[in-house]
Amino acid sequence: MTLPMKILAGAVRHAILLTTGSLVLAPFVWMVSLSLKPPAELFSSSFTLLPQHWFAVENYARALTEAPLPRYMLNGVIVCAAILLLQIMICAPAAYALAKVRFAGRQVMFGFVLIGLLIPHQVLALPLFILCYGLGIFNTYAALIFPFVVSPFGIFLFRQFFMSIPDDIVHAARLDGLSELSIVWRIMLPMSLPAVLAFSIVSVVSHWNDLFWPLLVVRSQEFMPPSLGIVTFANAEAGNDYGPLMAGATVVVAPLVISFLAAQRWFIEGLTAGSIK
Amino acid sequence: MATQMMRNALAGVSIHGISKSFDSAPILNGISLDIRDGEFLTLLGPSGCGKSTLLRIIAGLEQQDCGTIEVAGVKVDRLRPKQRDVAMVFQSYALYPHMTVSENMALPLKMRRLSAWQRLPVIGALLPKTCAVSAEIKTEVVRTAKALGIDHLLAHKPGQLSGGQRQRVAVGRAMVRHPAVFLMDEPLSNLDAKLRVQMRGEIKELHRRLGVTFIYVTHDQTEAMTMSDRIAVMLNGQLAQVASPRQIYACPADRRVAELIGSPKINLLEATARSEGLLTVAGSALAVDNKLDSGSSVTLGIRPESLQPAEWAGLNTLTGRLRYVEHVGADLFAHVDVPGSSEPLVARLPVELASNFQSDQIVHLQIRREQVLLFSADGRRVSEGDARVTPLRSYAQ
Ligand SMILES: Nc1ncnc2c1ncn2[C@@H]1O[C@H](COP(=O)(O)OP(=O)(O)O)[C@@H](O)[C@H]1O
Ligand SMILES: [Mg+2]
Repeated sequence: MTLPMKILAGAVRHAILLTTGSLVLAPFVWMVSLSLKPPAELFSSSFTLLPQHWFAVENYARALTEAPLPRYMLNGVIVCAAILLLQIMICAPAAYALAKVRFAGRQVMFGFVLIGLLIPHQVLALPLFILCYGLGIFNTYAALIFPFVVSPFGIFLFRQFFMSIPDDIVHAARLDGLSELSIVWRIMLPMSLPAVLAFSIVSVVSHWNDLFWPLLVVRSQEFMPPSLGIVTFANAEAGNDYGPLMAGATVVVAPLVISFLAAQRWFIEGLTAGSIK
Repeated sequence: MATQMMRNALAGVSIHGISKSFDSAPILNGISLDIRDGEFLTLLGPSGCGKSTLLRIIAGLEQQDCGTIEVAGVKVDRLRPKQRDVAMVFQSYALYPHMTVSENMALPLKMRRLSAWQRLPVIGALLPKTCAVSAEIKTEVVRTAKALGIDHLLAHKPGQLSGGQRQRVAVGRAMVRHPAVFLMDEPLSNLDAKLRVQMRGEIKELHRRLGVTFIYVTHDQTEAMTMSDRIAVMLNGQLAQVASPRQIYACPADRRVAELIGSPKINLLEATARSEGLLTVAGSALAVDNKLDSGSSVTLGIRPESLQPAEWAGLNTLTGRLRYVEHVGADLFAHVDVPGSSEPLVARLPVELASNFQSDQIVHLQIRREQVLLFSADGRRVSEGDARVTPLRSYAQ
């Protein structure tokens, strides 16, 4: 390819990426912009990214004081951490069995995992709802955590990663005296840190942002995760007052964005590692 | 004497009728082998013949279909790998990449000497005795590392080491817990030629120093010849011959073993028995000591060094056209086309004769007839009629 052609191709590629990138980013930028503006400017016909009168302090103060936003955030942290921890505790041994232990029915089991991967969570909502009712755990953290502890995606991702670890490592560990579970915790998982990180991000993001399930099982503010909190805030407190609402939304997504940016490299490595081999 | 007997019983390995198939493809076929205490036994065979599989079965990492394994006189078939007193060095080294060299080497000791609670990150350190045991482990790791000359690498991760250093760490990890049996699966095959020769010597020296049983797997005949007390030649999932290197070379049990050992390869020529004690081969007559039926066809095996230049054609002398000579420093290898053979005959000649030979000239090669090997049509060696070439059994002592 000649040099001008290369430049042209590069320009086209960048143009496409920039367009799609800005389409994805626009709502977020708009949200942050609104969270800085006074009510009068929100629907003004002239479009500006930065406010004429800075109203950030007022908006953010209202968001943090009028709704129990810190409480929602803490709930989010508790629920997401518990889900992630339990998911890893269940997925890693399951994935190890599927990747490195020979037993009858292994392929069938893996087939079930793949089927689980295909079923959207909403399909299971009704049976899970009834199960939660049966267990009497409505309006508790347990109701928010329990339906998610088995993650087919986690099992699948870890299995792919574990498959790429040589059998000899497992053999060496068995000779060194490690039990099968010790092999999972001491060898397989530490060797799969990129996968663990990628999975953590996917898991935390989806449960931090989940609105559907908390809406079904939680009524009291005490247990509301951030997304549900914001929705009730919008209904009850803010009304048409979008400034504080946007401020609240910004506060809620900030931890995710920051942690993703910090761990971006491992995230991509973790999601692509299985497919390269 | 009694204690000697005890020790023999304690650290030898007995393999009885081991068979193994993968997905109905038979890989091992009734392997039986007794390995003495403190012996260096090499499993030699081409790639894919099941050597690693046999080693994994001995270690307990793979389950045999039938047969039993005894280590130290005790049946170990139902024991888990860690309960058998064996350690293994893998072809790929199989070091844990996320641990330092020191952690890699300490792990087998930690798993054996510390309880599950004591191994926990924070709580473990608070429990009684954890510190004392950990310190003891640390000392042993350092001592082993010093013995292998890798003590300056203890804080490194395996990824930062060269191939030779990784190899030593793998040996160190196997060594720290003083196993009764060492299993080594082609430990040198990932090293370059120079390092391979050096490590060959070091492993041999290690065996001499530790005095425990080594079972060493390789497909490299030089390694097998130079390191072993005995070689077990594996072909198609069966043991073709188990004997000392000297004996395997001098009296291979069959044609495939003869072809596997020796470099350059043994020359194989088709021959026909004429009368008692006389063969015709490549248009020449050869007197042998065997009593063969007249008219039967045999294969003649002649090592390159069993040929010497001769002035004239005659009895026990082959005549052919010289293709080329290879000068490899200490030796001269003449490649000679003889009638009735598609491949050239290779003869090892003294280097002083280099100037005597030109391509395409006719050469005469006399066969040292006492070194000739005869193989029957089914590939087995025809043992000699007289006792000059000693039969297999008497060598075993
Ligand atoms: N776990 C396994 N599953 C299926 N086939 C195997 C397995 N392990 C080894 N084999 C097969 O057994 C044969 C012998 O393998 P191996 O023991 O590794 O040979 P070697 O070490 O002598 O090169 C090979 O053909 C290999 O494909
Ligand atoms: Mg092998």
